[in-house]
Parts: sequence; structure tokens; C-alpha cells
Amino acid sequence: MPREIEPPTIQRDFLLAALAEGKRLDGRLPLEMRQVRIEFRGELGSCEVHLGDTVVLAQITATIVKPRDDRPYEGFLLINSEISPMASSLYEAGRSSEDEVMITRLLEKSIRRTEAVDREALCILAGEKVWQLRLSLHFLADEGNLLDAAALAAMGALRHFRKPEVEVLGDEVIVHSPDERAPVLLAIHHTPLCVSFAYYPDLPPILDPTHLESVLATGTLSLTLNAQRELCVLSKAGGTPLAADEIMGVVRVAVDRVRDLIRTLEEALERDRAERVVEVR
Amino acid sequence: MTLVLPGDTVSLPSTSALTLGPGISASSSRSSDPYAGPSADASSSFIATRLGLLSSQKGKGKDTSESYWVDGRSKRYIPAQRELVLGTVIARHSEGFRVDLGSSQMASLDALAFEGATKRSKPNLKVGMLVYARVSLANRDMETEIECFDAASGKAEGFGELKGGLMITTSLEFARQLLTPKHPLLPALAAQFPFEIAVGMNGRIWFKAGDVSQTIAIKRVLERAEKGEVGTGKEEVGRAVREFAA
Repeated sequence: MPREIEPPTIQRDFLLAALAEGKRLDGRLPLEMRQVRIEFRGELGSCEVHLGDTVVLAQITATIVKPRDDRPYEGFLLINSEISPMASSLYEAGRSSEDEVMITRLLEKSIRRTEAVDREALCILAGEKVWQLRLSLHFLADEGNLLDAAALAAMGALRHFRKPEVEVLGDEVIVHSPDERAPVLLAIHHTPLCVSFAYYPDLPPILDPTHLESVLATGTLSLTLNAQRELCVLSKAGGTPLAADEIMGVVRVAVDRVRDLIRTLEEALERDRAERVVEVR
Repeated sequence: MTLVLPGDTVSLPSTSALTLGPGISASSSRSSDPYAGPSADASSSFIATRLGLLSSQKGKGKDTSESYWVDGRSKRYIPAQRELVLGTVIARHSEGFRVDLGSSQMASLDALAFEGATKRSKPNLKVGMLVYARVSLANRDMETEIECFDAASGKAEGFGELKGGLMITTSLEFARQLLTPKHPLLPALAAQFPFEIAVGMNGRIWFKAGDVSQTIAIKRVLERAEKGEVGTGKEEVGRAVREFAA
């Protein structure tokens, strides 16, 4: 079924009554995030994030291409985030839904425009060869808040990925296989992560909405921040109007959440580093 | 308990009267007389149309026929005759209502399929209401029809609009398990506090308890029980409820 049928009226009535008492349907506090589980499986650059029941898998692959003529020193970062019907029967293959367009746009702004990945460090031979990174996001299960899970999976994959070591001798470029020389981490400037809030009439916002909560919301707000307390992206597409101090209050909450998320991500990276064999001596 | 795949031939004893449930259909006879019905040909075969375990149950009391069906795990509902379902009203027209059951097609609910409904006094269901109904006609080539009264007795029997409460969606298997008479989960919940519940075989469960936190506790216990994280014994359910209602 392509378009979702609106949930029965009793769902909205119950949700609003529960929120008025400060309770959410899964027992969380209004500003509590679901449990995050980050796994690095298989090859380098493959990161799977479970945010409650929402699951997103990010994969990075790298190829060597010719750079653009007007930017001979820069590599490429391509983000591919198509939502397939695997995530939920509401999405159609091949047709971009509104949600998908929003997610793609926000991920582009959060990761590409904020220059999270140093693209000049991807240069091998100026004007001739540069690395092209392809970030593919696979949405495996949609139980609300795909954007936050996707951003976390993307940054996890970028920080986990290692590109093969390259040696340049004059005009000759030798790409060493991972068996000869250990592959190298990417140059990441900062780790921008998204947090999303849902709004209902005359009620304080809730963090990390589930699917039902986001369908019944009258407005959503997505913020992208990094560990340095910098606000990278603020996205509010329509919905109930918010006052400036309300937004600042939410930003302060988001700063704390992003800091917790980055700590979880770094712990997961640390655990993986301890177990994984990267170089062969 | 045999596992059957769609398309597998199922051999059933053709002696007594058989009732075929969801997942089994009589295949057309390949013998020389294609016009004979399945009962005429003693060796007519039956074909499974779903993946699952072949289950059977003897009819109760006067009903001596044995019913066979295929029990599988799925989330997408396929309407079958005489099943109890929960539907959302999505449109109303002069003759009745269109109701969403979560299957591939919408179902139609006739305006007169209610207790005591006449042409003058039709029920007033609004778009967005949740109704408890029984499937009266289910055929893959025709639009599904549901009714909100017991056709035998003419009484409402709990069908009709469900007010208040909360609805969750589960797998079809879990809903069927809850409906078996001896399943211990609901009595264990009832030992904690009183509540109303309506289980639809289309994987939707509606419930209403005294207050918001009790209703949320029921929701969380049901979801955990479906995943297998909470057992169905009285102790475990009691503990889970106390934890969730806090």
C-alpha cells in the first residue's frame, strides 16, 4: 500500500492524553532517546545502527577517479540514501517519498556541506587521481526517526573506514593492498549528528519520535550538532510555529544528547579497534 | 505437524466432512471428469497456498467435521471467512462504509449490518473510528465484506465502535495465540487490574484500562510477550506490569 492510512482517531486521543501526563507510549521520558546499538560488522566502513527498532546500515566504498577540472585537489563524497520497501511497506521502490527527500537533503547538508570529511586529503595526484567515496545507506527497518539513525550510521561508517595506502613516485601511483600495508583512516574534521523532535499542539516537544508519534505530530524539528557544541543544521519544515526561546531550549537538550551519542560511537569504535586486525606484520 | 510450502500437495483423509481453513484450497481435479466437485472424487488433492505448519482441529459438539488450516507466521492479513477483525473506517457513503483491515484491499461494511439498524436509523460511524467486526465474505476475487453483528442471533455481541483505549499492531500469529482459549497471558494481566480488550485476527489488538499508565503497561507487556521477552506466567506478568506502570 503506497500511502499510509491515517491511524484511527483513538490513537491520537490517547497519545495526546498520555503526553499531557508526561508519558510516552513506550514508557520513555519526553526527552529520552531510545537505546542505541552500534555494530561494525564485516569489512571496514560498514556500520549498522539500531535505534530502538529502527535499523539503518551504512557502507563506504572507495574508488579512484579523475577529479573535477575546476577543483583538481578535491576528492568526492557521494551519498546514496534510497528508502526501499524493506524498511516498511509504505515506501515504494524507485519513487522518492517526501520523507526520503527530506532525509537525503538533511544528510547532504549535515555531512557534505559541513565538510565533515576532508576532501582535500582524498587527493592522490592533483588533477589526475583522487579518491571517490561512496556512502550507501540501507534502511532496514522503519520504526520512526530514520534520519537520526542514518546520520549516526553514516558518521560511524566514515570514522570506521580505512582507505588503502597509496604511494606516489613521480607520476606513478601505486595502490597497496591491505595485505602489504595497513589501510589508513579518513581525515574527519568533526562528527555531526542529528537529533529530531516532534511537536504537538500545546505540549512540550518529545525527542526521537517513534513511527506512530511522528505520524500524529503537528510539527518536527531536526538539529545537527557536533561535539564542539556547534549548530550545523537546523531544519523545521512547516508545522506549529515555535518561539525563539523554545528553539534555544531544544538546542540545549540536543547538545547533551549529541554528546552522549558521540561517546557511545567512540566506545563502539574503541571496542572494534581492540578486536579487529587491521595490519599484517 | 508437517511443514508445508505453497504449492505442496496435502493429503487429507477424505472420509469425514472436511472444513478447509485459510491456507488450503482444493485443487481442480485432473481426472477425466473436470466437472465433478471435490467431494465426488475420493482422491482429490488439496494444495497448500501458504507457508506454515499444517494444523487441524476437531469440530466441537454437533459439528463433527474436522477443520484443517495452515498456521504460518506473517504480518500481512489476508481476509478469511468468519474471522474477527478490527478495522478503521476510512470513508462513508450512502450504502455503508469502507473499512481498512490492513490487507491489500479495503473492506466494505454495509450500513444495515448492525443490530437493530433499519433504513431509517443507520449507525453513525465517523471516518477514523475503530470498529470490531466479523468477516462475512472473503474471496480473493471480490471485495471483502464485514458485518458488525452476529448473523445467527442478530445481536451486537460486542461488535461495533470501540471507544477510547489504544490499538497496537502485532503479527498474525501472536493475535491467533491470544485468541486460543487456554492462553495464560490475558488472565495473568487481568489478575493485576481490570481492562477491556478486543483481539483482531488481522493482527490488531485494542485495549482500554482504568487510566493511561495501566493502558501503556498492557501495551508494553503485549509487545514484550510477542517478542518472547516476557513469559506468560502470573509472576512474570505481575512483575512486568509493576515495572511498566511505575
